[in-house]
Formats: sequence, structure tokens, C-alpha cells
Amino acid sequence: MATTPRRIYEIAEHTPTSYLREDEDAHPPLDYPSYKSTALRHPKEPLIYLPQTITEITGPQLGPARLLSETDNDLTRQHEAEPIGERMRVTGHVFDTEGKPLRGTLVEIWQANSAGRYRHRRDSWPAPLDPNFSGAGRCITDDEGRYSFTTIKPGPYPWGNHHNAWRPAHIHFSLMGRAFAQRLVTQMYFPGDPFFPYDPIFNSVRDEKARERMIATFSIQGTQPNWATGYEFDIYLRGPGATPFEEAF
Amino acid sequence: MIFPTTPSQTVGPFLAIGLPWADGPYAVPEGTPGAIRLAISVRDGAGILVPDALIETWHPDPDGRFPDLHGYGGPSEMPGFRGFARSGFEEGDGHYEIVTVKPGSVPLPDDRMQAPHIDVSVFARGMLNRCVTRIYFADETDANASDPVLGSVPAARRETLLAQPTDDGYRFDIRLQGPGETVFFAI
Repeated sequence: MATTPRRIYEIAEHTPTSYLREDEDAHPPLDYPSYKSTALRHPKEPLIYLPQTITEITGPQLGPARLLSETDNDLTRQHEAEPIGERMRVTGHVFDTEGKPLRGTLVEIWQANSAGRYRHRRDSWPAPLDPNFSGAGRCITDDEGRYSFTTIKPGPYPWGNHHNAWRPAHIHFSLMGRAFAQRLVTQMYFPGDPFFPYDPIFNSVRDEKARERMIATFSIQGTQPNWATGYEFDIYLRGPGATPFEEAF
Repeated sequence: MIFPTTPSQTVGPFLAIGLPWADGPYAVPEGTPGAIRLAISVRDGAGILVPDALIETWHPDPDGRFPDLHGYGGPSEMPGFRGFARSGFEEGDGHYEIVTVKPGSVPLPDDRMQAPHIDVSVFARGMLNRCVTRIYFADETDANASDPVLGSVPAARRETLLAQPTDDGYRFDIRLQGPGETVFFAI
């Protein structure tokens, strides 16, 4: 069985008693007509205020026991040979919005191959699968909140949302944080992608500065000579909040 | 807040490449005495089952304790209790399943007791952010009647938060939109 509950307490440190409420300006709306699949998949009733109780300010502490093998964070070494594509290191921190690193937290990624094809039975567009690329990785952040992945740069790919719709190249990121309230799933994009102006998913984040927080930074320091290009992507999960409980509920 | 949060984006249609775990549905080890099966369905605004969602659940053990950090009444002492489960499929049919134990009660910050509940996150293609709901138990009539969170939900919609008993656990039907739309929460 996966986790050993006792071991996780070594990670324990500062434990907030509340978190900031969800930042509605930062996140996309659930109802976003230009992304057509939202039409039948968004609630029409208003969300109801949930006070942050112990259930929301705790969360699963999924430590190293969650990792399956030493190649979990190296997507170029999960098969007999290397996948085709631009070998790339993606590194960054998981912080809270106070800038405090989130240590020992699970980061999971999944992505298309260099031709823009996902290894998934429902992805059928005519780009080649790569027998040496599965496209999934996981990592636990270190004491500075750092994660790192070695992978290949994913390609853009067409989808059926509208005429000539293409997704900008991206890597999916899933963050557990340390509390149910901090859970986040997002996508990492690449600087200067020509598809940005046409992608409703990217543009569902209405604030330009907020959109920029989903774009990795090219890093010459993170680029390894004769080996791999480097990108930096820091992720910020909501931090401790100060809303008095009685005020709202 | 010094730094703004990173925005949410959809999990997309291919989350099954990375997110489901072999032991994902098990919040308790298989064979745990008293384990229950939570059968969860997800339907969209047309009433069609949603096959490509990911369901995550989080709740305390039967004593109301979490496998979490110090300071919240002590950590769970239940062997192998993870409290967290996840269900999603590469080719699903809109039905999801979690194996766990029924949670105990936990208090609000002001010490009023809450009815037993499970926090739920719903992710899917077409959802730009997760939707959060709670599972309460239809057979906890008294506890539900005095629960402050349930009490804050319009009476006519409370039933959407109640899991119904089955032979081996409970059934909870999620309706993302339309008639009988599930109550979703802002946290």
C-alpha cells in the first residue's frame, strides 16, 4: 500500500489554520463560451460559500512513497531508447503566495510527444506515436520546494474546438500542495508561442499578467552544454489567509 | 499575499496518461474491515455521463482524524489510512469508485460539530477549474439536520449532497449542470 502515515510527519512545519479564499481574478471562469466543452460542464447555480474547516485546511501528504521508480522525473529514460525531440529540463519551485517553499509535495506532469500526439486511446489525430515516450512524470519537491523534470518539448496539436484550432505546446501540471484548499491543476506554456492569440483555454485566464504566470522562462543557466535546453517554471499555490471565521459564517 | 497564484487550467481529455494511480481508488488498504464502496457518477448538463473526469476525495478516519500534520487533534492512528483517493480512466463510462471507510465527525473552527462528510474535487475536459462539492450521508439524519454547512444550502438543493446507501456502501450522483444540479462550493 502506498503511504506510510507515520513518516509524513517529518515534513510537518508551519500549519496554517486558514487559507486565502480562491482568487477569482486569477482563475478562469467555469463558463467560457469560446471553449465549447464548457457549455454543458459548468454549474449554472452560484457556488455556495464553504467555510474552511479542518477538512479543507488538511490534505494528503503524499511523500516519496508515491514515486514508482528512479526514472519518474526523467521522461527520456522510461523506455529502451530515447524519445525523439528537443531534450529539455524543466525546473522550478512550488511556493505559496507568501513565497514560502512547499516541501515534500507531489508534482505530476503529463504531455504530448514532440509531434504533438498523446499516448492515449482517444487521441487519434494523424501524428506519430513515439514508442520511447509515455509522457507522464512525477516528482516530490525538495527542502527548497524545487522540482525538476527531464523530458522532450511537446509539439502543438490540432483540436476540434473551432476551425483550424491548435493548442499551444504545453505540459500539464498537477499540484497537491499540503491542504485540500491548495489543490491546483494547470498547464505550463512556452515563451512566444504563436498560437497564444487563438487559444481559448490559455485566454480563459482574462488577466494578461495572470496568463504570463503560466509561461515558463527560458534559462541559459538551466541549459546544459551539449545536453539539454532549460526552462524555469515556478508555481504559486494560495497561502495562509487571515479571514476571521465568524465574519463569514 | 505577496505573489499572485498560478491560474488553473483544464485537465483536458488525456489526464489518464498521468493522474490515475493503480491504488488510486483506495483511501484505505484493500480488505480493511468496515470498508465501503462509494459509487460516484458524473453527468453533464444534457444528462450524459462524463467518461473523462477525475474524482478526488479527502476525509478523516472514523475517529475524525486525518493522516496529516500535527496540531489538528492528532494524526490518524488507523493503519494504512490515506484519507485521499482518486478515480479516473483512459476509457471510462462516467462511473467512478472509491474504497474507503465512513468518516467520523469533525468540528467547525468555533467547535460546532459538522455531520460526517467527504470533500470532493471534480476535474474534467471542459472544466477550466475544479468543482468542489461535499458528500454527506443520507442515513445520518440527525447529524445532517444540525450541520451548519448543510444548513447554509437552500433546503431544496440539500439532497444533491446526500449519498444514498447501497448494499456495499453508498451511491453519489454528481450533476454538473441542469435539473438537480449538484451544489458546488467556493472555498
